[in-house]
Amino acid sequence: MNQFAPILPELILTVGAIVLMMVAAFGGQRSGSLVSWASVAILLGATVALVGPPTQAGPIFGGLITADLFGSFGKVIIFLTSAVAVIAAHGWFERETEHGAEYSVLVLFTALGGAVMVSSTSLITLYIGLELLSLSSYVLASYRRTDDRSAEAGLKYFVLGALASGILLYGISLLYGFTGTMNFTGIAAAFERGASSLGLLFGLVFVLAGVAFKVSAVPFHMWTPDVYEGAPTPVTAFFASAPKVAAMLLGARLCIEALGPATEAWRQIVIFAALASIFLGAVAAYGQTNIKRLLAYSSINNVGFALVGLAAGTPQGVSSVLFYMAVYVVMTLGAFLCVLWMRDATGEPVEDIAALSGLSQSRPAYAAAIAMFMFSLAGIPPLFGFWPKLLVFQAAVAANLVPLAVAAIVGTVVGAYYYLKIVKVMYMDEAAPAFARVRQPVQGALIFLSALAVSPFGYLLIGPLQSLSDRAAVSIF
Amino acid sequence: MGEQVTDLPLLTILIAVPLIAGMLCLFVNANAARWVALIATLIDLALGSYLWAAFDPNGAQWQFVENLPLAGNISWALGIDGIALVLIMLSVFLMPICIGASWRAIDRRVPEYMAAFMLMEALMLGVFAAQDLFLFYVFFEGGLIPMYLIIGIWGGAERIKASYKFFLYTLLGSVLMLIAMIYMVIEAKTTSIPALMAYDFPVDAQKWLWLAFFASFAVKMPMWPVHTWLPDAHVQAPTAGSVILAGVLLKMGGYGFIRFSLPMFPEGSVMFIPFVFILSGIAVVYTSLVALVQQDMKKLIAYSSVAHMAFVTFGLFAMNQQGIEGAMMVMLGHGLVSGALFLCVGVVYDRLHTRDIDKYGGLSNNMPAYALLFMVFTMASVGLPGTSNFVGEFLSLLGTYKVSTWAAIVATTGIILGAAYMLWLYWRIAFGVARTEGAAAMTDLSMREWWLLGPIAAGVFWMGIYPETFIRPFRADVTRVVQRLERAAPAGDSHLTAGKPGTTPAAHGAEAH
Repeated sequence: MNQFAPILPELILTVGAIVLMMVAAFGGQRSGSLVSWASVAILLGATVALVGPPTQAGPIFGGLITADLFGSFGKVIIFLTSAVAVIAAHGWFERETEHGAEYSVLVLFTALGGAVMVSSTSLITLYIGLELLSLSSYVLASYRRTDDRSAEAGLKYFVLGALASGILLYGISLLYGFTGTMNFTGIAAAFERGASSLGLLFGLVFVLAGVAFKVSAVPFHMWTPDVYEGAPTPVTAFFASAPKVAAMLLGARLCIEALGPATEAWRQIVIFAALASIFLGAVAAYGQTNIKRLLAYSSINNVGFALVGLAAGTPQGVSSVLFYMAVYVVMTLGAFLCVLWMRDATGEPVEDIAALSGLSQSRPAYAAAIAMFMFSLAGIPPLFGFWPKLLVFQAAVAANLVPLAVAAIVGTVVGAYYYLKIVKVMYMDEAAPAFARVRQPVQGALIFLSALAVSPFGYLLIGPLQSLSDRAAVSIF
Repeated sequence: MGEQVTDLPLLTILIAVPLIAGMLCLFVNANAARWVALIATLIDLALGSYLWAAFDPNGAQWQFVENLPLAGNISWALGIDGIALVLIMLSVFLMPICIGASWRAIDRRVPEYMAAFMLMEALMLGVFAAQDLFLFYVFFEGGLIPMYLIIGIWGGAERIKASYKFFLYTLLGSVLMLIAMIYMVIEAKTTSIPALMAYDFPVDAQKWLWLAFFASFAVKMPMWPVHTWLPDAHVQAPTAGSVILAGVLLKMGGYGFIRFSLPMFPEGSVMFIPFVFILSGIAVVYTSLVALVQQDMKKLIAYSSVAHMAFVTFGLFAMNQQGIEGAMMVMLGHGLVSGALFLCVGVVYDRLHTRDIDKYGGLSNNMPAYALLFMVFTMASVGLPGTSNFVGEFLSLLGTYKVSTWAAIVATTGIILGAAYMLWLYWRIAFGVARTEGAAAMTDLSMREWWLLGPIAAGVFWMGIYPETFIRPFRADVTRVVQRLERAAPAGDSHLTAGKPGTTPAAHGAEAH
């Protein structure tokens, strides 16, 4: 039983997901609402279950996974964002006259995959977690199967994702072949022992490429805009949050625990991916007219900044990555919740940025919330999005990576332009037809809460969040 | 009286009043929003006056200090010295005037407009009061958001382009400063500005840090050649936006130099004196010439701002008591005068809806009171003795002369050119006969406009006739900066060695008589 106490959250998710799948299968359309709220309850339950052994038990199951604060930090974000994703979708699929119940179940499985990813300390559990997350994601992307765009998104995601999995597997086999172990500590020991051989380096590159695909870092980002645009909006919101956090944290743990001695080798890869993501994410967003595509590029851009923190390779750097991801999901989910409310007079969803024109006059509070998310994503103080950016730059400068920090921060200026564009459209353009009013108090409350968190009041959170992310970061060193 | 007169967190209240008023504005109708904004700015004016009265020029360097550590490395640390005090006074003095200037001119989306102005005021005051490096940055950078909205929503025809240009230009300047700040915090292990002002950074690093800060402040000032955002922003912004831009926002650049660049990087600053002097010299001559040929009144005054701010950089980098005091006085005087000039443009713009100089003329016939006040401000801008700008410009030229004769000669041409473009502007607008029927039919100042321009005129004369009131609070602080620079600067490089006549200007233009 001792071994099972630390994985209580995962057990709750597994059992809950299976039960709910049955409920969905036999309950049919009517069960949609029940399954949704039950999933939210399960996710919240799993979050509560993180207290105690799951944060401190250490390596379990012969070192396949570990229960530490780092993993738990990731799980809290993953579970809570998954819960938000379920709530965000509530009512969406019913309105589209489609069956909504399985959506929540798939989100549960994705969250489970993410939970395994962030706590895995062996290449094999890493792969299992990643695949569980990916396979659920493919289905989610093509969830509206009658919609061509959604089907296309699912297919694209699957084909490219399978390719990335293949690359990852190849890298894993190389690492295994040259070190003789799947275990992170064993790999680290092998790297420490000898001069890293060419095989090991190839393994490292391939594994990182697989992870880069999942966090959609340039040059493995191609799928992101298409999938984000094609997938149903609640799914897009989900993709931009939980799986990204899981992959980013997995990458951080892999780089530090398994590849720590080879920091010099992976640092250049991470630096390249970081800068390429920042600049491509910023430049490619310029011409976008679809808000979901724009947010896709924004997520690429933001991942770049998180990678800047990782490139430092220090506890401070990892802590800044954790902090960054925590704030990033709040901003992104807030922005997507606002996008979910974009509906024309007939109630059809619209995704054109032009449809936001003059929103500040028809719906001032709604426009103000979007403006806050945009300024926050751009990292303009006094909004809270500034602080995590400051932290990653701080980590980079402390690790003597000043040129990287300078280049990245110039990237924020390039990126600021398109965030400003949204604000300009809402505040300075002539009014477009007003959106239909949506009555969704829970979603409204979530938007309000996330807007509050990115407002200057967010600075009050620095204390607890900082100490938590610091302790979590130290736990993998 | 000293800093111990009260335990109330006065500076926090000073910042909170406009913030709360701004929130309130969003929930009331247009007329109520105007009154809320006016009352809030007047409360801040009263608070600012109290600070001024309670500030002890001979007391501690930092007064009204508050410190509330937030976790991480940022704390809500506020406190002011004399330099910050007078700039805060300038801000709280101009704000009610801005609200008054927008009373009728802004007729759409008034609550949001007032809220943006209130946010702007809070952030401006925060910039001058912040004692924590990152808190300063938050305020400094945060000011971009309301100004972006003010220009972009309530501006003229080309407002979108101007607002983007303003935002991105200043952002690009500032982010480099952020990297420098991060380096400083890691190096000195503190975010406290007073502590950093006493910290000696390695000379090698100072060079880069100075450049990074320079990138930010030079854009904000603005110095040639990074001034190009200013004419656009000024021309497109509503009148009150121009006033606050010219009156206060530009002063943040000068404040930054005197608060950060000079005391924190003395060696770095000394190293770049020739660089700054050359840029300032070009600014004085070139932008004055550009101002001469402008057809747009606001553009003309905008370019004159660039030229006047060059006196500030001349004075600051002369690095002696006269120079820095002069720079401070130019900042204060220019804050009043350029604000007043923009208001004067606003007065006629509200009537005729054009800024084209050729459309006016002969206003002294039908608007005698306006012509009188406009003349006062024109003369002040030219630097006539008895007005505010004379004191500042004279002192900063004196300071510059002690360091470099050539720089002083070039700078002085600015005064001559300034007289040329300002007097010519005044002549074309106020004298002769009206060139259009509309101009001939304009009515004289209303009571509201008297209330806007009258207090500034009084301030201009006060500053010109008895500047001691304004210099006294920051004299000791300027002395501290000068001492800091003296100790760190290489001997004989940056300041006058008195009593050795006959030395020729050295390579750095350092020594001259």
